[in-house]
Amino acid sequence: MKIHIKGGRLIDPAQDIDAPTDVYIAAGKVVALGTAPDGFHANRVIDASGLVVAPGLIDLCARLREPGLEYRATLESEVAAAVAGGVTSLACPPDTDPVLDEPGLVEMLKHRARMLNLAHVYPHGALTAGLKGERLTEMGELHDAGCIAFSQANVPVADTQVLFRAMQYAATFGYTVWLQPTDMHLAAGGVAHEGEVAARLGLTGIPVLAETLAIGQMLQLARATGCKLHLARISSRAGLMLIDQARLDGMQVSCDVAIHALHLCDVDIGYFDPQCRTVPPLRAQFDREALRAALADGRIDALCSDHTPVDDDAKQVPFAEAEPGTTGLELLLPLTLAWAREMRLPLKVALARITADAARVLGLNAGHLRVGGAADVCIFDPEAPVRISRESLRSQGKNTPYLGRELPGRVSATLVSGQVVYEAPVRH
Amino acid sequence: MARNPQLNKNGELQHLLTTEGLPRDVITRILDTAEPFAGVAEREVKKVPLLRGKSVFNLFFENSTRTRTTFEIAAKRLSADVINLNIATSSTNKGETLLDTVDNLAAMQADMFVVRHASSGAPYLIAQHLEATGRDHIHVVNAGDGRHAHPTQGLLDMYTIRHYKRDFTQLSVAIVGDILHSRVARSQIHALTTLGVPDLRAIAPKTLLPHDIERLGCRVYNDMREGLRGVDVVMMLRLQNERMQGSLLPSAQEYFKFFGLTEDKLAVAKPDAIVLHPGPMNRGVEIDSAVADGRQAVILPQVTFGIAVRMAVMAMLAGGNA
Repeated sequence: MKIHIKGGRLIDPAQDIDAPTDVYIAAGKVVALGTAPDGFHANRVIDASGLVVAPGLIDLCARLREPGLEYRATLESEVAAAVAGGVTSLACPPDTDPVLDEPGLVEMLKHRARMLNLAHVYPHGALTAGLKGERLTEMGELHDAGCIAFSQANVPVADTQVLFRAMQYAATFGYTVWLQPTDMHLAAGGVAHEGEVAARLGLTGIPVLAETLAIGQMLQLARATGCKLHLARISSRAGLMLIDQARLDGMQVSCDVAIHALHLCDVDIGYFDPQCRTVPPLRAQFDREALRAALADGRIDALCSDHTPVDDDAKQVPFAEAEPGTTGLELLLPLTLAWAREMRLPLKVALARITADAARVLGLNAGHLRVGGAADVCIFDPEAPVRISRESLRSQGKNTPYLGRELPGRVSATLVSGQVVYEAPVRH
Repeated sequence: MARNPQLNKNGELQHLLTTEGLPRDVITRILDTAEPFAGVAEREVKKVPLLRGKSVFNLFFENSTRTRTTFEIAAKRLSADVINLNIATSSTNKGETLLDTVDNLAAMQADMFVVRHASSGAPYLIAQHLEATGRDHIHVVNAGDGRHAHPTQGLLDMYTIRHYKRDFTQLSVAIVGDILHSRVARSQIHALTTLGVPDLRAIAPKTLLPHDIERLGCRVYNDMREGLRGVDVVMMLRLQNERMQGSLLPSAQEYFKFFGLTEDKLAVAKPDAIVLHPGPMNRGVEIDSAVADGRQAVILPQVTFGIAVRMAVMAMLAGGNA
């Protein structure tokens, strides 16, 4: 299959390109940019005039709910949502049921994902068995089965010695450990950012201190063990400052932020909107401003959707009883574009955070459209508005505070390894 | 963000969910409406027919004999039919969902739900659900949700203060005790600030104060004597026994020593200061019997006024704005 993407505006942050450029694809790879190679006869020409042609998006954190939580979502529904959102590669945390702590489970997941032949799925293995924070998993075996990093998902490790040894062991093989920094004791029972909103609504607070203490601990453990550390979903300005300081001290550490945390804050909980219950919690407005700025200047490496499909029943309950999380795969691009627009950032810089930078964090050769690389492509109209609705979302999770809202960025087509895996329905 | 669900499109009271954001004239109207009802209890026939033919469901997901009883009496004095449902919930007893229960009762031609729930915001969920499903003729009264609000308690406290002190804009008021866990305190704070109390104080150890409580409009005191100096009104809060376990407080004895209301501590308040307590009291923990039974306590009148205020709320919601 040879494809010619014609007349589009190519934006590839990895190659520092933002210019009208045609893309030529053959045998799943990019074979030329600009001018067709000799003897190239396209089987298909995609007209991208008026559209942006970018590397397929990379999501650092998307829950597919398989195995075990298929009533919430399935691999089929969620990878279909991913490609509809322009996402061609995604990393999934190990908090499935059972937890991804056995090589067989990881192989099965990889196999199922391959059979679907839509987005590339990169599982994170559990750092400890059952995420219980007691016993190390067979990280070497899990890595060979296809895990690209190790994580505790949203489950903190209570025992510091276990965490220390897990990081030591991961460092033995050079694996990266992904941790979401939360001190489990300070956060115990908490459901919202500890501040005025939680005080007014009578919700148990999670102090910023729960994040900063954990970051401090994790940075020190990483320094002591030599383990590569990625801090997932930073939520506070104070947390960012600790990471800045560690980098000034010469430490290598990467971090990300969840897309909803760039746009929402605790005030958006309004009258107990369970769609605004997240882990970590939506924090204060000034935290949000700090996150937006840090992502813009690169102090936060990348952005993730933190995609968490939750069924209606688990959200139609009082706020504190609601399952946390929001659906995100199909909102990643629109909300990134909204952030870029509000920050007056060039598209190239904004897209880097969900392409090249995300690939670097994951250690993948992806997120670019270099000649010879995989033809994972997202073609979209950055200006066209999309109305987010239950019907528009392909994900089984309809849980988002953005239902009924209009956002910029309509995906027109998505290619994975040179195959068109998604095309927007023709609009009348 | 969604519209304030307790007011309808015309800004009138549709549900009573919180005292926060309740306009001053609405609060005043509730208190004014309660005045004649306070007299109903004195009459030979203690009933008025304002809610005749209406069904009030007391929907208690958390046990409370006292609050449920006062709502029941209030509804009956308005001639409503009252149905009491005690649906104690626990994580091990997961049956019907909250909204399924509501749908079933709504199908039984309910006119009003009086809701008590352990989770903050549960009555909002019910009110929003009723509105989303086109059943906005059913009114919701919050009878206490988690730590969030207990608006009828807050309003009856306002009634009590107005009864004894008249002008809110001249008052110093202290709220004392476990403000962190108290829905009563939150409802009092919002009502008092709306009614224009210029000096509102929160007195508690730091472990029992919510973060950013000052932003709600009160000044914080950790020393009770300092906090009570010169106040007109002392509003005590109940300290639940389970707060003594764990890391919030060392012991009931130490709490009483530093934050229990004794005659000695009360002496620094104005000589005509009144003492309120939402009940049930823990004598010897947050309040000394000498004060609870003393001349400055207005704790039993609070209970009587509570019925009148609840009658007023129910009549205004379901009785065609009596």
